[in-house]
Amino acid sequence: MWGKVVHVLVITVFTVLLAFPFYWMVITSFKQNVDLYTMENNPFVFNAKPTLDHLKFLFTETRFVRWLANTTFVGIVVVAITLVLAVPAAYSLARLSGRWGERLGIAIFLTYLVPQTLLFIPLSRVVAYLGLQDSLWALILVYPSFTVPFSIWLLMGFFKSIPKELEDAAMVDGLTRFGAFAKMVIPISTSGILTVVIFTFTLVTQEFVYALTFISSESNQMIGTGIPIFLVRGDVYYWGALMAACLIASLPIAFLYNLFLDRFIAGFTVGAVK
Amino acid sequence: MAIARARIKSVGAAQSPLLGAAMFTPAVLYILLLVAGPFSLAFLYAFSDARIGNTEMHYVGLENFRSILKSPSFRMAIRNSFIFTICSQIVVIVGANILAIALEKTFRGRGFIRFLILLPWVAPIALGAIGWKWILDSIYSVISWVLVALHFYKPFNAPMWLGEPHLAIASVLLVHSWRLMPFSTVLLLAGRTAIPKDIPEAAAVDGAGFWRTQFQIIIPMMRPILSVAVLFGLIFTFTDMTVVYILTAGGPFDSTQTLPSLAFAMGIQGSDLAAGAAISLFLVPLLIIIAYFMLRVAHRAEVN
Repeated sequence: MWGKVVHVLVITVFTVLLAFPFYWMVITSFKQNVDLYTMENNPFVFNAKPTLDHLKFLFTETRFVRWLANTTFVGIVVVAITLVLAVPAAYSLARLSGRWGERLGIAIFLTYLVPQTLLFIPLSRVVAYLGLQDSLWALILVYPSFTVPFSIWLLMGFFKSIPKELEDAAMVDGLTRFGAFAKMVIPISTSGILTVVIFTFTLVTQEFVYALTFISSESNQMIGTGIPIFLVRGDVYYWGALMAACLIASLPIAFLYNLFLDRFIAGFTVGAVK
Repeated sequence: MAIARARIKSVGAAQSPLLGAAMFTPAVLYILLLVAGPFSLAFLYAFSDARIGNTEMHYVGLENFRSILKSPSFRMAIRNSFIFTICSQIVVIVGANILAIALEKTFRGRGFIRFLILLPWVAPIALGAIGWKWILDSIYSVISWVLVALHFYKPFNAPMWLGEPHLAIASVLLVHSWRLMPFSTVLLLAGRTAIPKDIPEAAAVDGAGFWRTQFQIIIPMMRPILSVAVLFGLIFTFTDMTVVYILTAGGPFDSTQTLPSLAFAMGIQGSDLAAGAAISLFLVPLLIIIAYFMLRVAHRAEVN
């Protein structure tokens, strides 16, 4: 009996604490400004009629839609680059190079630990040198440097779980090793590849430091930088629109990530859980 | 070992070493160019006088480090970086262990609860941090409203959460812990689920209570995954600048500045690339230590 009460209590307290900011975004998005900015009002309830004004403002008066489009565009191109680089590399490390494959895989994984905040200063000069300042192509060039290592690591685990006999059989039937990889392994690896697609895409949407450093103009922002920097005008915060923007941008990403969570976690455990 | 060797022989490098190399070389080159390259440049810049807008640069020896070590903001930044990293890890590990125990049982609505609990980790942190900025607003903070309603403070007299140094530090800590808690929880949950059910059951039969089972059996068995959770947590907090940048931009009076946010302020906003690079290099020692422990965990997993 007591065990059950404590259980419910623990779950409730943690859920409320962790999800509260998102609940607050929902409430704020639909409140009229008179309601939001009257200090006497109870902030937990609607003291005036709910409104869609903030959403209207967000979609018509700001570059929010443009930022969503920029983020999607960068996301798709980075996913493509990541797949082209990571899928063959992961397969080769999982299969062709035996024990050294594992070691090299770990070495590549370790580069994922080198943070953006260490590389952004030299990279800002590299980007300037290439003439890519304030261009989405700067992000497209740089983002694979952190999406590829983790993707290789995730895919290695995946390829190792595919029985080798499958390729051996295909090769006996006259396919080359590369043919066996392209025609046998890739088609049955769609779920592993999909995992990498989703993971890469969410990493792109979550990135902040490089987007902040390389992109300056309002129309070239990604959602993660456009919302905090350009929806704030001087000292005036458009809290309603700001919260609506955060909510709309966060939820789809959270939903996608949640679907594939167990596979990402398998990568993060570094083999510590079998 | 013999099996491993036989495997290498059967499908190993001997068959098509060129193909193997051709398949992973592009990825390795890309990483070398965009991670190892700028990493080395960071060292080069730290010993130079590189500035934004000036393509020339000269070797200046330890000059950057000398001026950084003298600056009070740098000392503040290094202190804060450690405070944020260590304190938030303590909060996160305690909280995540409790939450993982609670989530291990199946109950109705568990999937939805898991989605809600995960939000801080999966939503872009820049956006989550703006949510907090509104919650901690100097005038319209909901926390202040509750405290006023409960008569802890008079109206208009509630503390400025992000405006006073100590409260601002506590706020940044809170947001870091909030952000990492879900990540550690799901890692620990994965660790718990992997423990065979008969082990805690046998302990219960032997008369071990709940706490004894947890502290003497389960948690020791979870040591590898606990280390992974802590190592990732340390790295993510220590190298993050998003939370501080959005909540306080390092203020008030540099009181929440961290190494990454100071590197950004000096190197990019202040155009002093050399100083920024030198500051960010102070991240490296801890990164090396973490990489070493990460390798140990990975190596043990490989051996077992």
